[in-house]
Amino acid sequence: MNEAVSPARTNEARAEKLVCFPRPDGSRIPYKVFSSPEIYRLEQERIFRGPVWSFVGLEAEIPNPNDYKSSFVGDTPVVITRNEDQSLSAWVNRCAHRGAIVCRFARGNTKTHICAYHQWSFDTRGNLRGVPFRNGVKGSVGMPADFDLAQHGLQQLRVDSYRGAIFVTFSDQAPSLYDYLGPNMRPGFDRVFHKPVAYMGCTRQWVRANWKLYHENVRDNYHASLLHCFFSTFNLFRATTSRSEVLNGTYGLHNYTRLTHAPDTSGGAAYKQDGVSSFKEGLQLADPSVFTMKEELDGGNFQIQAIFPQLLLQQIQNSLVARQILPKGPDAFELVFHFFGYADDTPEMRAHRVKLANLVGAAGLISMEDGLATEMVQEGTAGSGEAMAVVDMCRDAIDDPQNASSISESYIRRFWRGYQELMGL
Amino acid sequence: MSQRETASKMLEEIALWYELHRLQERYIGVIDTDRLEEWPELFTDDAVYEIVPKENADLGLSVGLMHCYGRPMMRDRIVALRKANVFEPHIYRHMTSGLEFKTIDPSTVEMQSNYVVVRTMSDGDSAVYQAGRYFDRVVRTAEGWRYQSKRAVYDTSRVQTLLVIPV
Repeated sequence: MNEAVSPARTNEARAEKLVCFPRPDGSRIPYKVFSSPEIYRLEQERIFRGPVWSFVGLEAEIPNPNDYKSSFVGDTPVVITRNEDQSLSAWVNRCAHRGAIVCRFARGNTKTHICAYHQWSFDTRGNLRGVPFRNGVKGSVGMPADFDLAQHGLQQLRVDSYRGAIFVTFSDQAPSLYDYLGPNMRPGFDRVFHKPVAYMGCTRQWVRANWKLYHENVRDNYHASLLHCFFSTFNLFRATTSRSEVLNGTYGLHNYTRLTHAPDTSGGAAYKQDGVSSFKEGLQLADPSVFTMKEELDGGNFQIQAIFPQLLLQQIQNSLVARQILPKGPDAFELVFHFFGYADDTPEMRAHRVKLANLVGAAGLISMEDGLATEMVQEGTAGSGEAMAVVDMCRDAIDDPQNASSISESYIRRFWRGYQELMGL
Repeated sequence: MSQRETASKMLEEIALWYELHRLQERYIGVIDTDRLEEWPELFTDDAVYEIVPKENADLGLSVGLMHCYGRPMMRDRIVALRKANVFEPHIYRHMTSGLEFKTIDPSTVEMQSNYVVVRTMSDGDSAVYQAGRYFDRVVRTAEGWRYQSKRAVYDTSRVQTLLVIPV
């Protein structure tokens, strides 16, 4: 007799065959998760349309009634709008009629969003307001008598913001945004968004690698001073002199690192002792103002906070950036760097923040290599069959969030355990 | 204006166009042939060099990929490129077109032109890397025309992998 199999069980069985994590501690990562189209499709369903909140932008980008911006949740195009009453709305950018993109612009201001294909029109909340020739023309009967505008709005999403950062979710099961961020992550937002912010523009970086490699990268303190030689070469950050604090949250997937740096006076002894080839001694910047910090936030000149799956909130000195991570197929992702300052910045402070834009993004002096590092893994793992990554650094250590080693892969392991749980793998 | 005056004015304009064109050719020459240490020398000491996406420039927003204020910051960029930054070797080929200029005073000119950068990676793959427009302010110095400011406003908002060589 055939047993009834629930769709969830079928999915689990399918997922089990897709990929196998052989160790429960997240220290072995099957490379297949970076290239499998089936895994990618499952991620869209279970992560991006699942019980998570995805970052889509800053409230400061759409400050006025009827302002809007286009963005994505995973693969799905979405639009975020400011309504007349100042509330926010978010809807899937897919016409309720035949599926065309309704809003074809990156940003703007309008009361009515009209699909160019057949001129169906929607209000800022995504409600259908008008259908041309609904009552027919020249004797044709038009739409059927039971056609109800209220039943054909755009797919509306839960939208909420915390301290001016906007998130949306497809899921009714997701907790409130406040709880999704949780007590370990909210303090990072409270600190960076302690007063109203102003949007300063964005830059975009296209990387030919799987989006999760970027999540690994930002949780990977081990690489920071080894790959990004700008740090260690110019004595701006060395693993031996920096104190870090790491907090973890929801599903183990969020991660909050705060660093306080003191210049290394040993001349990089530990790097020389270990023969680190990327380390160059004695170089100085001709103009070090590109890395100066004007006092404004209490404690810590470096904060990197990952809110799974689409946000990396960064404070490096006075450089404040919300990096949005958008998957573009199994082997590509786009990073959108949203730069911001405070609404009450002096012109000098605003100019200083623009100068610090040199540090991050596609041409970032300290971070340009991150895209490359993920592409190197993507290339290297092509055709790797059942091979796996080894993530063992500090595997024997006892977690001490107050004094986390900056040479650890502990938070990569936490990430993969959370990922497996969410994906049912 | 007499025929002779018109002809003489035209000759002056052709001479200026030639000098500005020479500066631009020299500029793309030092970049495309990897003589990057000479790149800052084409600017005045306090010059501003910026690479800004058109989507920000159109909104009056200032943030871009690279902002160098003065030659020391430009030299730091090149030192970092040579000594610190990690990237796959690649070369640029610049194509420029549509040079337009406006004389502000006898020793100051504002000019604009289109640019396209084709990037070739070490595996031999060539692709259009960036299309954009230069907005330049150049001044006459003892060494010849030099950039007082150069703003590359790029249309290709999705930057492929990274940008380390100035455009």
